[in-house]
Amino acid sequence: MSPAQNTKAAATRPAAIPDSQKTLLRFITCGSVDDGKSTLIGRLLYDSGSLADDQVETLVNDSRKAGRPEGDLDFSYLLDGLSAEREQGITIDVAWRFFSTPKRSFIIADTPGHEQYTRNMVTGASVADAAIILIDARKGVLVQTRRHGYIAALLGIKHLVLAVNKMDLIGWNRETFESIREVYAAFARKLGVETITAIPTAAPTGDNVASKSVNTPWYSGPTLFEYLETVQVETDLQAAPFRFPVQWVNRPSQDFRGFAGQIAGGTVKPDDRVRVLPSGREATIARVVTKDGDLDAGVAGQSVTLTFKEEVDVSRGDVISSIVHPAGVSDQFEATVIWMGDQPMLPGRPYMFKIGAAMVSGSLAQLKYQVNIDTLEHTAARTLTLNDIGVCTVSLDRRIAFDAYAENRDTGGFIVIDRISNATVGAGLLHFALRRSQNIAWQTTSIDKKVRAAAKGQSPCVLWFTGLSGAGKSTIANIVETRLHALGLHSYLLDGDNIRHGLNKDLGFTPADRVENIRRVAEVAKLMADAGLITVVAFISPYRAERQMARDLMEKGEFIEVYVDTPLGVAETRDPKGLYKKARAGEIKNFTGIDSPYEPPEHPEMRIDTTSLTPEQAADRVIEHLRQIGILGGQ
Amino acid sequence: MTALTHLQRLEAESIHILREVAAEAKKPVMMYSIGKDSAVMLHLALKAFHPAKLPFPLLHVDTTWKFREMITFRDATARELGLDLMVHTNPEGLAQGIGPFTHGSEVHTDVMKTQALKQALDANGFDLIIGGARRDEEKSRAKERIFSFRTPTHHWNPKDQRPELWRTYNLRINAGESVRVFPLSNWTELDVWRYIRLEGIPVVPLYFAKERPVVARGGQLIMKDDDRFPLAPGEKVEMMMVRFRTLGCYPLTGAVESDAATLDGIIEELETSRSSERTGRVIDHDGAASMERKKQEGYF
Ligand SMILES: Nc1nc2c(ncn2[C@@H]2O[C@H](COP(=O)(O)OP(=O)(O)O)[C@@H](O)[C@H]2O)c(=O)[nH]1
Repeated sequence: MSPAQNTKAAATRPAAIPDSQKTLLRFITCGSVDDGKSTLIGRLLYDSGSLADDQVETLVNDSRKAGRPEGDLDFSYLLDGLSAEREQGITIDVAWRFFSTPKRSFIIADTPGHEQYTRNMVTGASVADAAIILIDARKGVLVQTRRHGYIAALLGIKHLVLAVNKMDLIGWNRETFESIREVYAAFARKLGVETITAIPTAAPTGDNVASKSVNTPWYSGPTLFEYLETVQVETDLQAAPFRFPVQWVNRPSQDFRGFAGQIAGGTVKPDDRVRVLPSGREATIARVVTKDGDLDAGVAGQSVTLTFKEEVDVSRGDVISSIVHPAGVSDQFEATVIWMGDQPMLPGRPYMFKIGAAMVSGSLAQLKYQVNIDTLEHTAARTLTLNDIGVCTVSLDRRIAFDAYAENRDTGGFIVIDRISNATVGAGLLHFALRRSQNIAWQTTSIDKKVRAAAKGQSPCVLWFTGLSGAGKSTIANIVETRLHALGLHSYLLDGDNIRHGLNKDLGFTPADRVENIRRVAEVAKLMADAGLITVVAFISPYRAERQMARDLMEKGEFIEVYVDTPLGVAETRDPKGLYKKARAGEIKNFTGIDSPYEPPEHPEMRIDTTSLTPEQAADRVIEHLRQIGILGGQ
Repeated sequence: MTALTHLQRLEAESIHILREVAAEAKKPVMMYSIGKDSAVMLHLALKAFHPAKLPFPLLHVDTTWKFREMITFRDATARELGLDLMVHTNPEGLAQGIGPFTHGSEVHTDVMKTQALKQALDANGFDLIIGGARRDEEKSRAKERIFSFRTPTHHWNPKDQRPELWRTYNLRINAGESVRVFPLSNWTELDVWRYIRLEGIPVVPLYFAKERPVVARGGQLIMKDDDRFPLAPGEKVEMMMVRFRTLGCYPLTGAVESDAATLDGIIEELETSRSSERTGRVIDHDGAASMERKKQEGYF
């Protein structure tokens, strides 16, 4: 088709809609390599007249160079920018493409169908209203095709269109088309997707893409363009209960206090009664403010600023919500988690969670199961690695407002952030709150930590020794405790090896178990400090994140990190228990320093260089430090 | 219920992004390049924080080679809107008399733009820099994130960028790191013009066709904006009906012949004849891969 014909095709479509009424459809395209995805997207851009003249020229030239006859264009060349970048090792998660027809504007999330597939598709699908799933008519419904449908449905896409492509290569066979459609519709019903639309296409020639194909007289459904131009864009959210995650408190002067955000569900108007969550305080809307004047009503999708008639405390991360159908509030949830980090997910490790505008620390507990995205089977798993999907409990350090993801993407979707690198390592979909912790109130005891410590005449603290195996932690810690005892002080030494004989004997040495090991010890240390004891902990504790978690559990100034700094070579020659030898021989797996990492502290309270100090001298230094910071009296 | 329009959705998204920046950044700044994209971005920012003033300053990196009309427009805009506008020029480059005619586009851009930008960012400790780039500008921008992370030396590590889900952006950074954010990522050139028309946003008059003095050089029409323009033997200045699709340093910005003297004219021109926007940028002609390189080096 020449560009001239192309313009004509565009002109036969319905008359242009003015800018003030044109809507937007965001969709994702999914296909396996060579199904014709690039060709189809190229075709959409070309047929909508969205390509620049120089791009069309390049397209014509490239196609001719590739030995194609005049007028036969290879549209996959258009998107070749991506393959070049792939060769340069640049990761592309989603490529965004834009086109518009006289009726609508479109944003395509084009996800490369290779290695990082799940992560990429989840990212693209999270902002899509619809999904085009490509099928090679010769191959029918493949494992990948089901995977695409599963992820689209999981992320809440309600409109699936099946482009049964390469119909020319099966002689436009109607039976094959119908059977593909039926197989997929049955599968989609299992996913909870009510309707799918299947369209028989041939991407290179544009059959049933922009115009009805003469090759499919038996097909009476829409062309792909017709489908995309008319599919109902989400107005459902406007009918949903009112939700307004507060992004920013706008307070330019004493006279104005507004809450800025984007309406995530429903509508809002002056005099509406609302509830601020998680606090539960109620208020009345005074104004729906925009720079273009106050609105009579704000609807889902709009960015506005709300003011209240009453003085009510609201901060970033709160959700202003309908009073009739308020959002839920909890700190424990069941959620589906999609892992996106290079390091595996570690149950129990503290991560940051961002949901709406709320940033909360918390952790993911043991997995209930992992989902095999090809078979949809549930399998047992201890951790999730890159591109895995699983269901588990999310425990947050404070309560937040939320909805089930299926009800509202904005108040039910969250991201998981690594606390050290700050990378986004996961995405999650909340299902429901677990009531467990809510029903267990904290029991206040009459005798508190201060009283217990006073009875012992001391200030409690946690001396946390970290370092490689054989660094000298236990030896030094033991001398320190002997000195404390001699001073008449009450202490307790928690030693890694000893605890692993009892409390932690169910744990091994995988990263996940190491995290749980430290979590339990940190909790025990906290109880002991609460009992008024000077608590000495001697654990390898190889990860910064867990030492930070232990630090965060204690009161300010109570946690004293002592880095027993012994080079690996030195620790290995000491090898008091012969463990390094075994690890080198491969008899012990996951040994710190050999095949499992040790992350040294960045700012420990004390660093002890055991190559220049004897254990006694080291212990003296620790005692001296305790004196300096006032834990020990000046005797 | 009626669905929001295309432009309403883009507007709401950009405002949301700007508010996330204001809420999470320690020291944000908005790059103001005086062009149409900056005009739209500024307009959106004013909406995002109304009735408060902008919670961040604007920064213009002045290479001293911008069109004169741009500078006039910049100063008038800052005055009328009461903006906190910072202007930075690389003092060493200025002292050495660096310019595109004498030192070539590559050196000029590196010293007066890239280095100057780094100086301004480092001197002020800005951690979050708002820019007006769009994904449709160029093929290689299609995969760009809205939030782009830079090391303390402003380097962009393509392997270390974050997935962006829903509208839940992760803006956490470690000390010294910085973020570039592009609130107009999902806008196309036509969207920008349609929005300018819908909202009545003022733009530099250079975008509208007018008789201007130009010189044909290297396949481009370069406007003789001042006396620093040296004419090569055989070159002559002609008055032609031209306009600009992008604005930058005048010796590096090609004009296009056009009759589009109004917003309707510009939009109609873009809807019918379509050549890509960046063909008028002399700097891009070194190829798309060089764009990637420039970005890794810290070019915006
Ligand atoms: N005969 C025929 N070939 C097609 C069709 N769609 C795509 N192709 C060809 O299949 C090959 C792979 O297409 P491409 O768009 O690169 O696939 P992608 O990997 O999914 O992006 C190319 O040579 C296309 O020309 C079709 O409907 N019919």
